[in-house]
Amino acid sequence: MASKTNNIVVDLAKQLDVVDKEFQTLQILNEEGEIVNQDAVPDLTDEQLQELMRRMVYTRILDQRSISLNRQGRLGFYAPTAGQEASQIASHFALEKEDFILPGYRDVPQIIWHGLPLHQAFLWSRGHFQGIQIPEDLHILPPQIIIGAQYVQTAGVALGIKKNGKKSVAITYTGDGGTSQGDFYEGINFAGAYQVPAIFIVQNNQFAISTPREKQTAARTLAQKAVAAGIPGIQVDGMDPLAVYAAVKEARERAINGEGPTLIETLTYRYGPHTMSGDDPTRYRTKELDSEWEKKDPLVRFRKYLENKGIWNEEMEEKVIEQAKEDIKEAIKKADAAPKQKVTDLISIMNVELPSNLKEQYEIYKEKESK
Amino acid sequence: MAQMTMIQAINDAMRQELKRDEKVLIFGEDVGKNGGVFRATENLQAEFGEDRVFDTPLAESGIGGLAIGLALEGFRPVPEIQFFGFVYEVMDSIAGQMARYRFRTGGSYKMPITFRSPFGGGVHTPEMHADSLEGLMAQTPGLRVVIPSTPYDAKGLLISAIRSDDPVIFLEHMKLYRSFRQEVPEGDYTVEIGKADIKREGKDISIISYGAMVHESLKAAEELEKEGYSAEVVDLRTVSPLDVDTIVASVEKTNRAIVVQEAQRVAGVAANVVAEINERAILSLEAPVLRVTAPDTVYPFSQAESVWIPNYKDIIETAKKVLTF
Repeated sequence: MASKTNNIVVDLAKQLDVVDKEFQTLQILNEEGEIVNQDAVPDLTDEQLQELMRRMVYTRILDQRSISLNRQGRLGFYAPTAGQEASQIASHFALEKEDFILPGYRDVPQIIWHGLPLHQAFLWSRGHFQGIQIPEDLHILPPQIIIGAQYVQTAGVALGIKKNGKKSVAITYTGDGGTSQGDFYEGINFAGAYQVPAIFIVQNNQFAISTPREKQTAARTLAQKAVAAGIPGIQVDGMDPLAVYAAVKEARERAINGEGPTLIETLTYRYGPHTMSGDDPTRYRTKELDSEWEKKDPLVRFRKYLENKGIWNEEMEEKVIEQAKEDIKEAIKKADAAPKQKVTDLISIMNVELPSNLKEQYEIYKEKESK
Repeated sequence: MAQMTMIQAINDAMRQELKRDEKVLIFGEDVGKNGGVFRATENLQAEFGEDRVFDTPLAESGIGGLAIGLALEGFRPVPEIQFFGFVYEVMDSIAGQMARYRFRTGGSYKMPITFRSPFGGGVHTPEMHADSLEGLMAQTPGLRVVIPSTPYDAKGLLISAIRSDDPVIFLEHMKLYRSFRQEVPEGDYTVEIGKADIKREGKDISIISYGAMVHESLKAAEELEKEGYSAEVVDLRTVSPLDVDTIVASVEKTNRAIVVQEAQRVAGVAANVVAEINERAILSLEAPVLRVTAPDTVYPFSQAESVWIPNYKDIIETAKKVLTF
């Protein structure tokens, strides 16, 4: 019997096309600061728009000052944020105080705006344990270092929120590289299986250190990875504060209403290096690409939008910049005044109840430190 | 009091704690309706509901992340890793995350999590099921590592572990699950974590061990007695932190010691016990402290187990070297 060949059971290419077509980029405000998607414009008052602008400007200044403080040796680990303000600040702007943030290492601005005092963020950068002693009513974790670990923990926090019957969400952040981790998939899959109130943000800034986005996966968008977990995913223009805000706001409402988790990919770019620990982006990015993305800058387009509405001007912006610089100066002073970290401090924060070996070692170091 | 196997005692400990504290949650692969592959969680879902006792998707790292997140929301998670050989999949959640969170948050958050998991050789499991990986856990700052050898200890230690505000790795030797019964009190009682137990008194040599090897050590002690040697058997019960006071007191009495573990030799718990004895009781020793361990190969699943795993004859042989030194 002749064997049949070329039997097409499923049109596999079409299957991919169908998925790809469902994942178009949401944009509300274009590069010129014009509304291009009137139906999707979020319901924000002028005061809220001004506050969002204020926070983005403030965060840009914080980034610039942090970089120079790092160069002066006055800050430790630092991952620059300029370029990602819409993804970071506008996503946070859609949250409420009771929401729980599980940040990646670049997501320090979100936890500052959630309530972590600036001097503590500086102490965290220096590796001082007081940096991330978390105030009683602040629902955050320290920035995660292991890429993806925050995703599985978010499923857990969100399940806890659901079991506690709270009306809040757990939100987490990773980058484009993070979506290749097993924990990324395990996190969104657990969250989907338990239908928990979680928001998973992927800030796709195009490079995982030096590895370009297209080398991470064959998937055309990172948002469509949600499909495999059975949860909704959306790709947004991550340089557009209104699009990011609108997407997170909707995801939060779904979550609060018991409709489960959402994955949001924001298309963005970091202007600076991966971190201040020796990364040189000129080794893997061209000037042309940098300037292409700088044209999309979130502050520039949002400034135009607000100026056209007549609710923002240079004087207001100057005021924010001055305030930021003043706050940073004060915060560094406060950080400098923190007591020198001792080994006995570290031993005493290892456990709720110290095990016998640490009790013994505590005494040894107490003796050393008294000399 | 009831006669219980170790698996029944473990099941009973979880039942007591589910009843006592509504924040206790039990979850893992197949722990719900199926009651776990060894029936450790049998009937718990039926009794306490799917909200308290539930199945997870098949992903160990996800289970670890779930436990951490639930702890952050005020729960007291008791996740099960189906076999401890699968721990590599959840190593970051355990060692990189859970064990460090109190430190990482400057003492702000606690991690009252008890990871339970079966391990240990001699029951003809497939590869990656039987390995003794407690050394990896013991080397991780922030964790307490508990390995019971009897039903009574298992229940009391597991209740202590679940009530602990710090993370505990609770390892259950598969060979002991149903190998014997013991009187176990009903209701709740605790056995303190970090305290060793003298399972047999003696005056000529201390045999220091834990888990299934405690029983091989007891057998060896009986044989040695026939030859006129009085061996003391110290059951560590907690391998991190070590109960150095009990170890040292025993060695100061007997002046000779061997340490027995099922795990491979390099960088293990036994090496740590020897080091502690050297640092604290060297002048009490009449002979070097020797170890009885498995060789430094991977676990020979289903083949050569009986030779690979140390047994009472190996223990007698090594004990005699020390006794006649």
